[in-house]
Amino acid sequence: MLPINKHQGIVIPLDRANVDTDAIIPKQFLKSIKKSGFGPNLFDEWRYLDHGEPGINPENRELNPDFILNKQNYREGTILLARENFGCGSSREHAPWALLDYGIRIILAPSFADIFYGNCFKNGILPIQISDELTDLFFKKALSETGLNLTIDLESQLILDDDDEYGFKVDEFKKHCLLKGLDDIGLTLEYGQDIKDFEKLYYNQYPWLTK
Amino acid sequence: MALTLYEKIFNRHVVREDNDTYLIYIDRHLVHEVTSPQAFEGLRMADRKIWRTNSILAVPDHNVPTTDREKGILDPISKIQIDTLDDNCKKNKLMQFQMDDVRQGIVHVIGPEQGSTLPGMTIVCGDSHTSTHGAFGALAVGIGTSEVEHVLATQCLILKKFKTMLINVNGTLGDHVSAKDIALHVIGQIGTAGGTGHAIEFAGSAIKNLSMEGRMTLCNMAIEAGSRAGLIGVDNKTIDYLKSKPFAPAGENWKKAVTDWKNLVSDKDAQFDKKIEIDASSIEPQVTWGTSPEMVCSINDKIPDPLQEKSLSNQKGYQGALEYMGLKQGTSIKDIQLDKIFIGSCTNSRIEDLRKAADIVKTKKVATNIKLALVVPGSGLVKNQAEEEGLDKIFINAGFEWRDPGCSMCLAMNADRLEPHERCASTSNRNFEGRQGQGGRTHLVSPEMAAAAAIHGKFVDVREAS
Repeated sequence: MLPINKHQGIVIPLDRANVDTDAIIPKQFLKSIKKSGFGPNLFDEWRYLDHGEPGINPENRELNPDFILNKQNYREGTILLARENFGCGSSREHAPWALLDYGIRIILAPSFADIFYGNCFKNGILPIQISDELTDLFFKKALSETGLNLTIDLESQLILDDDDEYGFKVDEFKKHCLLKGLDDIGLTLEYGQDIKDFEKLYYNQYPWLTK
Repeated sequence: MALTLYEKIFNRHVVREDNDTYLIYIDRHLVHEVTSPQAFEGLRMADRKIWRTNSILAVPDHNVPTTDREKGILDPISKIQIDTLDDNCKKNKLMQFQMDDVRQGIVHVIGPEQGSTLPGMTIVCGDSHTSTHGAFGALAVGIGTSEVEHVLATQCLILKKFKTMLINVNGTLGDHVSAKDIALHVIGQIGTAGGTGHAIEFAGSAIKNLSMEGRMTLCNMAIEAGSRAGLIGVDNKTIDYLKSKPFAPAGENWKKAVTDWKNLVSDKDAQFDKKIEIDASSIEPQVTWGTSPEMVCSINDKIPDPLQEKSLSNQKGYQGALEYMGLKQGTSIKDIQLDKIFIGSCTNSRIEDLRKAADIVKTKKVATNIKLALVVPGSGLVKNQAEEEGLDKIFINAGFEWRDPGCSMCLAMNADRLEPHERCASTSNRNFEGRQGQGGRTHLVSPEMAAAAAIHGKFVDVREAS
């Protein structure tokens, strides 16, 4: 997994609440058996005017000029800013795969759906919950002519812009894994003996579950 | 100490705890073709083995065609995904119900149907609607593909404790008002993020009176309220449903299990972080009008005015939804004309759903403006049962198509879908933009409401129409 420590980038203001994972990556692209290659189809139905299917060359497609990702100022953006309940709906991890493949490393929103939030950390994306006030302020700045450039410092849990700095919360274990780019399966397997010991007692107590 | 049902199940699965982060043992792992290939690939690349193969039950459901199965899968990309599942199951000697197996169906229908879902279990699946299995007093959560790989390799999941929410639904549901209407009503009340971070337990007399099918419908939609897990305490209905199911314990083990399961209810004085009271008798048949399940109202309502919403963000969201849906504020729900009808999905494709829909359809005909009315049973066994009862004939005679089991038009990964601007009454769980096909417009309803809408070509109050 790609680690994150400090990340600096342009903020893309996606001014919508309840952005669901169907919108992040539509179903027709879930047929892939790979983890990569989803970037060109991130937000496919909003980003293009024509209908997308796997295998169509994105260069031959008609971009929706009104969609925020397609606007000149935001094309190099790597920090996504959105409204509440970002990532709701389907558990598809193709959503963070698509965001990462596109180049998004940080998502700022007042709230996230649980499954999506967890999926981000497993894929080198840092979702940061920010207050409603800060969300409004960042939208204002990001939508202004000069745009918004932020630096995110995961180690010290700070968001820095030209004027100020803002703290944020993150679970210690998730932070540790993301800073080091750690695979948590390897970490859990270090407790393999604990799992075996647990199983012995557990199946003794609930023998009908051994089947 | 008095414990909630959630805490009881959680506590018995703790392998270790570290700073409020728990390693939780997983009893049952359900696997389907869409969210598993990258997990199996990950295992292979790291040269890791599956920890406990007999915890896994696999089935293809999202991509499978619902017609002409003898021809195989015509979409070559779908075929690769299903072949990959076959291959992964064969190589790892996993139990799988393949497409030609009568037990094949939607993963959240077949788990309970086989007795593979049992009370007290921790159950995971790379699918958000895993919450369905909580109807059996199990802790069932949807997970992403990285977590699928984690569970394959370690039989465990790294979890924090959820907060707990109790939704008490007391009183009597009106005629033709169902579990689906409770679910949509609750989501309308608490919003799609209302349950975020919580495990929701549904209790109260109206829940006690629901069948197991109804309880599954309700827990299925807990995720639409933002909650990864919905739960309902065990009672005699739970136990009766599971008795003699193929994977359920038998003999001495059955007796031991039942003794244990009877304790799987929240203690009388258990503390919840949040409590919500709902009067079942006040719930009317529900219809969603927007692009989020929380955008819902009763059949006799009009589409609300976005400007009545408090937050600016909601106002914008509502306006955008109406634009996408091609609807105007103030329009009566009953004036909405439909193009397609979909009865199916992990929410509403069980035998009881089909019986209720058939009862409305009996001796009637699908309205001429309806281009396609689909019934997609949740499993091969549901389909057979329905055919034994003659339900297929009722649907076919009325003008419905009677299909083979799968997820079908709930998410339109196969050929069943809406075309741009087509409007559908659907018994599924998500009305997101493009969910049932790009540009398609979805209204979520109960099976009875969908059946009545098919007959009239528009929404009607099923209580008056039947």
